[in-house]
Amino acid sequence: SQAAWCELPSRVLLVLTSQRGVQMYDSDGSTMVFWHALDVPEHPAAHSVFARGISAAGGRFVCVGTSFGAVLVFDIPPKGTNVTLSEVLEQHRDPVTDIAAEQGQAPDGAGDLVTADDSGTLCLWSTGEEFTLLGKIPGSGSTCSSVALWNGIVAAGYGNGQIRLWEAGSGRIRAQVSAHARWIYALDLAPLTGKLLSGAEDSFVHVWKLSRNADTDDIEIQHCHAECVTDTQVCGARFCDPAGDTFAVTGYDLSEILCY
Amino acid sequence: MSARTLPLLFLNLGGEMLYILDQRLRAQSIPGEKARKDEWTDVDRKRVMNDIITTMFNKKFMEELFKPQDLYSKKALRTVYDRLAHASIMRLNQASMDKLYDLMTMAFKYQVLLCPRPRDILLVTFNHLDAIKDFISDAPGILNQVDETFRRLIETYNCLSDGEFQLIRQTLLIFFQDMHIRVSIFLKDKVQNSNGRFVLPISGPVPWGTEVPGLIRIFNHKGVEVKRAEFTTAGNYVTPQREGSFELYGDRVLKLGTNMYSVTRPVETNMSGSSKNLASQAKENIAPNPLAKEELNFLARLLGGLDIQKPAGGETGFRLNLFTTDEEEEHAAQTRPEELSYKVINIEATQEPGRRAELSRILGELEVAEPRPDSAEKGEDLLALMDGL
Repeated sequence: SQAAWCELPSRVLLVLTSQRGVQMYDSDGSTMVFWHALDVPEHPAAHSVFARGISAAGGRFVCVGTSFGAVLVFDIPPKGTNVTLSEVLEQHRDPVTDIAAEQGQAPDGAGDLVTADDSGTLCLWSTGEEFTLLGKIPGSGSTCSSVALWNGIVAAGYGNGQIRLWEAGSGRIRAQVSAHARWIYALDLAPLTGKLLSGAEDSFVHVWKLSRNADTDDIEIQHCHAECVTDTQVCGARFCDPAGDTFAVTGYDLSEILCY
Repeated sequence: MSARTLPLLFLNLGGEMLYILDQRLRAQSIPGEKARKDEWTDVDRKRVMNDIITTMFNKKFMEELFKPQDLYSKKALRTVYDRLAHASIMRLNQASMDKLYDLMTMAFKYQVLLCPRPRDILLVTFNHLDAIKDFISDAPGILNQVDETFRRLIETYNCLSDGEFQLIRQTLLIFFQDMHIRVSIFLKDKVQNSNGRFVLPISGPVPWGTEVPGLIRIFNHKGVEVKRAEFTTAGNYVTPQREGSFELYGDRVLKLGTNMYSVTRPVETNMSGSSKNLASQAKENIAPNPLAKEELNFLARLLGGLDIQKPAGGETGFRLNLFTTDEEEEHAAQTRPEELSYKVINIEATQEPGRRAELSRILGELEVAEPRPDSAEKGEDLLALMDGL
């Protein structure tokens, strides 16, 4: 199960995913605005059914991934409960793991949404009335567990502990970091500074700095800081502010949220 | 959550149970000639192990187990192991059974948590099965059953992706969430802290397929590497030597899931302080459930059908104590925190005609499918049983 705030220009929704489907609530949690049930087979199939991966997109939509590989695109009205399923994107053949929207300024042709799946495949999209697939980056054997998109740079965290930076426009790899010794669970990005946060099962949380030189088109990543959350497998990590000055961490068996 | 988790949960917990029982039986065994009628001998031990393993790997049972399904509730699963532990001439008091289950679950929780890669859970399972095959190395019939299950595991799981294994792992971790019972062997070896949480090492070999953290490689827009940089952390990792084998036979490399008990190391558990986070779970377990008997699932009923009657030798005759003295066992039973009691449901086959019919039907089916050599002799004098070996 996942929970995410989806910030749209007109409203903020709390979106929850689970094995049943998707639920959307108003920002104070009082009203359920909408829910979408996934088609669940009668007898538990060998393949699990669930929704996973949530992101606001294009100032108007909320996208949710599914275990079938399909990405559901919901059109959100500025007010009220008239949410409609606008499109179903079927480019992934493996369960979707994460979805991220552009948080900075996308260069031309770079797209404003990235979706990732269990096989490590990344899809780049341009949002709108109809979503267009701009490119596909094939996986190379490791699950891509989380993604972020900033200034046309895709930051992807993998099950083998690697972070890779891809150029959204060309689909080319621009950086490869042996970042963690275990499965990366969470990536978060601070849009004002390009700071990237990564949290993994190895107990470590790292802060990185992404940069893109507009003239030379150099893309760089630097290591800023490492934090070890002793004896804890980190499951969630998020910046608490858009500049990335503070961040919060959660872990397995941990009933506290740690703030740094 | 993954619908393929139950076989792994069951087999690994079963494996841990066998390690513990074997250790306790060895610790309490008396050389054959000197034993009184109510003391354990080596022959008894082997018989108990054989009986439990035979029941565990029963063909029909395995078929049901491997069907895609959700995990059982903790209560239901505990009942399954209760039945399994009593599949032979051995008897366990509530306190000893509680302790056994605590040890089993904390050991497997530790193994799941420390698995380097999600798919290494399979290697842990294979370690348990390798050891089980060792326990019954002189009984080719049962060995065959275990090999069958081994092959089934390979067939079902070897082809799953990392993502699917991670889902299985998450399903298991959720099942074990908030369990912090302290185990003396873990505390002594410094793999568990005094607050009940496991130590996660930040040194040692990285998982197979992962690189030692520290390197940053930058590429230009043509894909050519143009820069390298390094960063350091408190971790002290090294490259692994080789990958464990996922075949029927082979070096698993991974030590998780191998037998960590030996005859000379008695294992204690400590309840105090470990129940802080169990409040919500406790409510679920304590609330009286008039339909509790219906909750018993097919697996437990299957095992119930294979159960033997009480031995004629009397109730205390073949009781195994998981504690060092009877007084300790009694004390443990009285001081166990309410939230941690498992509230096992016992079905009396003699009540409720409907229930009896159901059990008899299953028992009937099982007898046809799997004729057990000793079914006629159960409950008879121990000497007669031993003659049959």
